[in-house]
Amino acid sequence: MLLIRTIITIIVLFCLWLLMSGIYQGFIVMLGFIAAAIAVFVVRRMDDVADTGRLEIRLKILNTIGYFFWLLVEIAKSNWLVTKTILGLNPSIKQHFFKVPCTQETEVGKTTFANSITLTPGTISVEHEGEEIWVHALSYSEEDLDALADMNSRVSNIERAV
Amino acid sequence: MALDMFYDILSWCLIGLGCFFVLIGALGVLKLPEFWSRLHAASVVESAGMILLISGLCIQSGLSLITVKLILLIVFLFLTGPTATHAVASAALVSGMKPKSDLKEPQDSL
Repeated sequence: MLLIRTIITIIVLFCLWLLMSGIYQGFIVMLGFIAAAIAVFVVRRMDDVADTGRLEIRLKILNTIGYFFWLLVEIAKSNWLVTKTILGLNPSIKQHFFKVPCTQETEVGKTTFANSITLTPGTISVEHEGEEIWVHALSYSEEDLDALADMNSRVSNIERAV
Repeated sequence: MALDMFYDILSWCLIGLGCFFVLIGALGVLKLPEFWSRLHAASVVESAGMILLISGLCIQSGLSLITVKLILLIVFLFLTGPTATHAVASAALVSGMKPKSDLKEPQDSL
C-alpha cells in the first residue's frame, strides 16, 4: 500500500514537472524524474520524524468541483457588496465578531470551510475553537448567519463518509 | 479573424475589471477606519482582482502550457491567500488587538 502510494506520488509530481518545464529532451526529462523521486524520498524520510499523523483527505471529487463553482459565484456577489462599501455607496459599516458552528469531520474539511469564509470578502475567519469558528464581518446582518450555515452544510456535503 | 477580435476584447475586459478591483482594494486599505475593516478591503484584491486578472491572461495566452501554469497559479493563490490573511488576523488577535463590534452584544470569550 505504501509502495503504491509512493509510486503514484512520484508519477503525479513528475507530471507536474512536465507541465511546468515545457522542454522535452531526453536528458532533461530524466533529470525531472530523478528530482521527483528525490523529493518523494525526502518526504518519506520526514514521515518517520514528523510527530503529526498523515493528512486525511476524504473529498467527493465531483461535489468538490461543484462546490468550487458555487464558491466563485458567492465570491462575485460579496465582492460587489464590499466594493460598494468601500466606495461609500453602502453607508452601513457594521462590524461584528461572532462564532459560527462548523460540522466538518476532517481537518481538510474544516480548513476548506475557514478558507471559504476568508475568500468571500466581507467575512474573515480569525480563530478556531473546537467545533466553532470565530468570524469577523464588515457589514453584518442577520442573513449572514444563515448564509454561513448554508456554506457550512455545503462543505460538510463534499466530505466522503468513512 | 472576428473570433480573435472577440477573444481579445473579452480578455481585455477581464484584465480591466481585475485592475479595477485591485484599485478598489487599495483604495479601501487607505480609506477604511481601522485594522479589521482594512483586512476586508485587502481580500477584495486577492479574490476578485486575482481571479479576473489571471483569467484575462489565460485567454490572452490561448491553449498553451502558459495557460496551465496560470490556472495552477489560481489554485495555489486560492490556498495561500486565505492562509496569509488568517496569519495576519491571528497575529493581530494574539498581540491584543480586540476585534471591534458595532453591535452591543456580550461576547463569550477571546
